[in-house]
Amino acid sequence: MTAKHWSPPRLSLRFLHVWRRNLLVWRTLAIPSMLGNLADPLLYMFGLGYGLGRMLEDVGGMSYIAFLAAGVICSSTMMSASFEAMYSAFSRMHVQKTWDALLNAPLTLDDVLLGELVWAASKSFLSGSAVLIVAAALGLVPSTLAIVVIPLIFLTGLAFAGLGLIMTALSPSYDFFMYYFTLCVTPMMLLCGVFFPLHELPAPAQLLAQALPLTHAVALARPLVNGTVPPAWLLHIAVLAAYAAGSAYIALALTRRRLLQ
Amino acid sequence: MNPRVNPISPLIATGLRKSYGANEVVCGVDLALQPGECFGLLGPNGAGKTTTLRLCLGLTAPDGGSISVLGHDVPQEGREARQRIGVVPQFDNLDPDFTIRENLRVFGRYFDIDNATLRARIPALLEFAGLSSRADTRIQTLSGGMKRRLTLARALINDPELLFLDEPTTGLDPQARHVIWERLRNLLKQGKTLLLTTHFMEEAERLCSRIAIMDHGKIITRGEPRALIAQHVEPHVVEVYGEGVQEWAKACGRRHAERCEATGETLFCYTRDPAPLIADLDSRGDLRYLHRRANIEDVFLKLTGRDLRD
Repeated sequence: MTAKHWSPPRLSLRFLHVWRRNLLVWRTLAIPSMLGNLADPLLYMFGLGYGLGRMLEDVGGMSYIAFLAAGVICSSTMMSASFEAMYSAFSRMHVQKTWDALLNAPLTLDDVLLGELVWAASKSFLSGSAVLIVAAALGLVPSTLAIVVIPLIFLTGLAFAGLGLIMTALSPSYDFFMYYFTLCVTPMMLLCGVFFPLHELPAPAQLLAQALPLTHAVALARPLVNGTVPPAWLLHIAVLAAYAAGSAYIALALTRRRLLQ
Repeated sequence: MNPRVNPISPLIATGLRKSYGANEVVCGVDLALQPGECFGLLGPNGAGKTTTLRLCLGLTAPDGGSISVLGHDVPQEGREARQRIGVVPQFDNLDPDFTIRENLRVFGRYFDIDNATLRARIPALLEFAGLSSRADTRIQTLSGGMKRRLTLARALINDPELLFLDEPTTGLDPQARHVIWERLRNLLKQGKTLLLTTHFMEEAERLCSRIAIMDHGKIITRGEPRALIAQHVEPHVVEVYGEGVQEWAKACGRRHAERCEATGETLFCYTRDPAPLIADLDSRGDLRYLHRRANIEDVFLKLTGRDLRD
């Protein structure tokens, strides 16, 4: 890595071309893609929410299924952004060479990365919002304060899209992404308060969880869905924003090193 | 603009250098294209041709030297330069998720071309590629030749003044290759400037007004194809094949030809006067031979050697 790889990103609105290209491809597959994205979170919500929920009085002052809904909104956003920024972006970069075609046009790698980042966040936004809508339809969202969850989903998507793009920049093949899923995504799914309150964990695990982005997304989404203002909301937003900006910058530097040789 | 009145070079590169680690892949390349010409950059695999093109497109920064493309300093103004260049890459990177027409339309938008202009241009480009009747089919069903024609048409979507073609006919059958050559001659007639890399010597001889032969990152010779042939090799070549060719080389070949090169059971005899060689070969009848004019490939092999490059 040299200083040139770390030069500040040169942002331009041309990134919208990349975003729009991906949207056009997605449009033809939108319905199966949306159903696929919804199936997983809904299975968690209904399977665990009704099954396990029957055995529990209430969790954190709400029914278990309402507790779970807020968590699943965030985990579904994480999954969707990660998949798009890794498997799909890797296809476009390495297999189909779509990025090469973009770079032969008047676009820069900075445009391409920003386009992919915003696209992955947009796609995860749809997934997260769909879960929110289903939860609202089930009467699990008592307050209009939940509207604030919508921009939060997008921010969460940006954070995980950036992390995914780092993996894509480093990856020699699709197999590499399994490490990230096994070592990062699954632990976050289990440790960040999606399925049970954080304070049930032993202290060192709680400390670790505080460093992970999903914890902060859940810490914001759960009170909002339940109609209260989250404590320390500014801190949680700052952590997510730092993850988004920091990971996007690292991904850009690594991708420059990989492709602008 | 008449190039004779205003001979501004569409591409000037001076002293280009590029290293990857300790390996210098481009070491001091100078290029100056004339408007409206087809310039061929020839060289074995790994000679530095593609890296030179990438440098001229502003996709990677040179370690030394300067590049000016259509009046823009590259890589600083690479975006502005690419706005006016068409690129046919070595490997097809058409969008498999789109139809032929969508491929052209989406690529045109990358150049900020408005929809009305695109609607006007796309039918002509489909015609040029010979794909009008299949405009709405997906590209997975296309043959290699059709994909290349579409890639060429796509490179013209911004009506570029300068085209970079990186091995445009590699992997195509002869029919498809001839169609591409025909299209490229068409573009030259329209006044476009072409920079072509290839290792098909025949392609270079047919299309290029000037060529440069590159090896180990350096341009080792350059000029008009015919002049290069006259300068570097004897005008006639007799290729002799068969068992006993080595003995024949000693007894006759090396005596009558100015220069002989042997690879396996084939002997290449380079000569000004092929008559004595042919007379002797005809009288024996046990060795097969081919008499032909010297071509760029002979120049290429003389200058870059016959060793395999991987």
